[in-house]
Amino acid sequence: MNFIRFITGSIRIVFHGSKTYFAWLTLLLILIIWGGLGYSEQLAHGLIKTHMRDSVSWAFYIGNFTFLVGVAAAAVMLVIPAYLYDWKPIKEIAIFGELLAVCAVIMCLGFIMVDIGSPLRFWHMLPLIGTLNFPSSMLSWDFFVLNIYLLLNLVVATYLLYCTFYKKEYKKSFVLPLVLLSIPMAVAIHTTTAFLYNALPGRIFWNSALLAPRFLASAFCSGPAIPLILFQILRKTTKFEIKDEAIWKIAELMVYAMFIYLFFTIAELFKEFYSGTEHLLYWKYLLFGIGDHKEIVPYSWASIIMGCIAFLLFLFPKTRRNFVTLNIGAVLIYGSVYVEKGIALIIPAFTPDVLGQIYVYTPSFTEIRTAVMIFSIGFLLFTFISKIAIAIVFEDYNIQSLNPKKERLPE
Amino acid sequence: MKKGNSRRSFIKNVSLATVSTIALSGCGSKAFEDFLQQNFRTLTKKEKDEIVKNLELKYKEQYGKEFHVSDEGAIDGTLFGYALDLSRCVGCRKCVYACVKENNQSRDPQIHWIEVLQIEKEKGIDFADSNVQYNPEKVPEKGYFYVPVQCQQCRHPQCTTVCPVKATWQEPDGIVVVDYNWCIGCRYCMAACPYGARHFNWGEPTVPAEEINTEMHYLGNRPRKKGVVEKCTFCIQRVRKGKYPACVEICPVGARKFGNLLDPESEVRYILENKRVLVLKQELNTQPKFYYFFGI
Repeated sequence: MNFIRFITGSIRIVFHGSKTYFAWLTLLLILIIWGGLGYSEQLAHGLIKTHMRDSVSWAFYIGNFTFLVGVAAAAVMLVIPAYLYDWKPIKEIAIFGELLAVCAVIMCLGFIMVDIGSPLRFWHMLPLIGTLNFPSSMLSWDFFVLNIYLLLNLVVATYLLYCTFYKKEYKKSFVLPLVLLSIPMAVAIHTTTAFLYNALPGRIFWNSALLAPRFLASAFCSGPAIPLILFQILRKTTKFEIKDEAIWKIAELMVYAMFIYLFFTIAELFKEFYSGTEHLLYWKYLLFGIGDHKEIVPYSWASIIMGCIAFLLFLFPKTRRNFVTLNIGAVLIYGSVYVEKGIALIIPAFTPDVLGQIYVYTPSFTEIRTAVMIFSIGFLLFTFISKIAIAIVFEDYNIQSLNPKKERLPE
Repeated sequence: MKKGNSRRSFIKNVSLATVSTIALSGCGSKAFEDFLQQNFRTLTKKEKDEIVKNLELKYKEQYGKEFHVSDEGAIDGTLFGYALDLSRCVGCRKCVYACVKENNQSRDPQIHWIEVLQIEKEKGIDFADSNVQYNPEKVPEKGYFYVPVQCQQCRHPQCTTVCPVKATWQEPDGIVVVDYNWCIGCRYCMAACPYGARHFNWGEPTVPAEEINTEMHYLGNRPRKKGVVEKCTFCIQRVRKGKYPACVEICPVGARKFGNLLDPESEVRYILENKRVLVLKQELNTQPKFYYFFGI
């Protein structure tokens, strides 16, 4: 009963807001419909509406999935420094990190669903009624850890909000173990996703022990970029308090991650180019193109250049502590890793294909529209739940606000 | 595409989606039964027979012909093996099209279970320099040799390990098969296969009714739907009846040999013992049952 009132109270918040809020919602709705119409064509005619073919059988969708796993993992990792360095609002950081993780995982599952040829048969993967190939298939592991991670974050964030809503003290003995558990789980979802690609001997481009470490490093470069900007917005618009030092600390941790990522990548490139075996082919396709096939080259260099500029902006204390350059850097590293995961990680593994044939892949319009749909749904969801969270945590929206006599809804 | 056309196709899509939803929600309907059908390997003999009978009726309705769908299991004491003579193959691609016909592969979009690579003689078997799209007036072309590649029927198949729903497996006679009713279309097997042997139905497959092969096996050449993976099964509908695969029969130069690896008198065993054979990508330890050799 109490929980139902918490839910109805939360839903009421979603329907109240400023003009800008509703304009934002309208924009997202339009994008969802526009993307959804693209996706409906794919549903009717099959994945032939994408540019994937037998040669390049996984592409943009699975790349987006991979990127979002990184976002989900990195959001929760912020809890560690928040705890270690004793940034004041640790509860708030945990809540928003976990809400972000929830939305990212939901988007991940969305990208898996649209990538599947027969989505109605999804139940074949469910335990008991289906035949999940556990533990042989890495995809079954991934499915498993992602769902646990989703559940974990959902429970913790909902519980914290619920307690605040009823002005109760939350049980530390309940929350702390779960938060601590979600940290290794964050590492687990990312590692499992890397292992998904890693141990396929036929795909030489992925078959490097550095794949999983590079995955994690790149996630920790880009993942904290969203909370970094989000915290600044929250600080300006709500009672959320976070010191400049804490934000700079996040940026400092990001630059360590970037350095590690750079080092891993250079190690990989050195090994490939100095030994110069046949296996170099895939890196060549990514960085320089093969023959006339240079379609993917602009993507890879855009990612490299954005990443390097962001690294420099974050490296020098002067630009790191300037909020303008800091935010530019955050956007750049985000874009860099998005292109790296979305295109540069997946496509070269399939081009040339296992029999040496080159099929040039770039995303089709349907794929882009479908991706827009999923991202818009994710943003919409995040807007809703962060609006609820802001109201409950910062605007003192609680059970008494539901009293009809003292109707008071936050803007 | 014209604008009006896309609008019309949108309306068609929406109505298609609605119809399929209604079809699914209508309890007891065929589509719903299809939707609920379990993994082939978990079915009893009785259930299998009933499904097969229903399929025959369905295909008759659809194509207006009598069909025979088999769910025959492996014959005891058989392990099928294949040998291909690289020195004889002329790259004519007759096997490719015989396979398409025998196995009811989609004509549009085109699916070929066999791909023939053309490679320069001095390069040796080097995939990076191979060409599938060769198109001369006459084959063989001077200075080139040909390597047909299809499912290598590995003893350690990567594709079956990675499948998240156990929709593909190795039969006791060594044939790797797919349950088209259970495959979810995630294409992990395609990422895992080192030989490009797995093919996906990106669109709704089409086979002209007058060309359809009515002798079928449940795990072999029965018509597929869009969104599932398919592959070479050594013509499971033929070899389990003691016939040769279609590609072996059609080959005009006799480059293709097939037989039971457990039978010491078989032709493949003779080749293994008397010729020098090789397998593709040996370093991956997939241990194919598909051997290449030089007969002349």
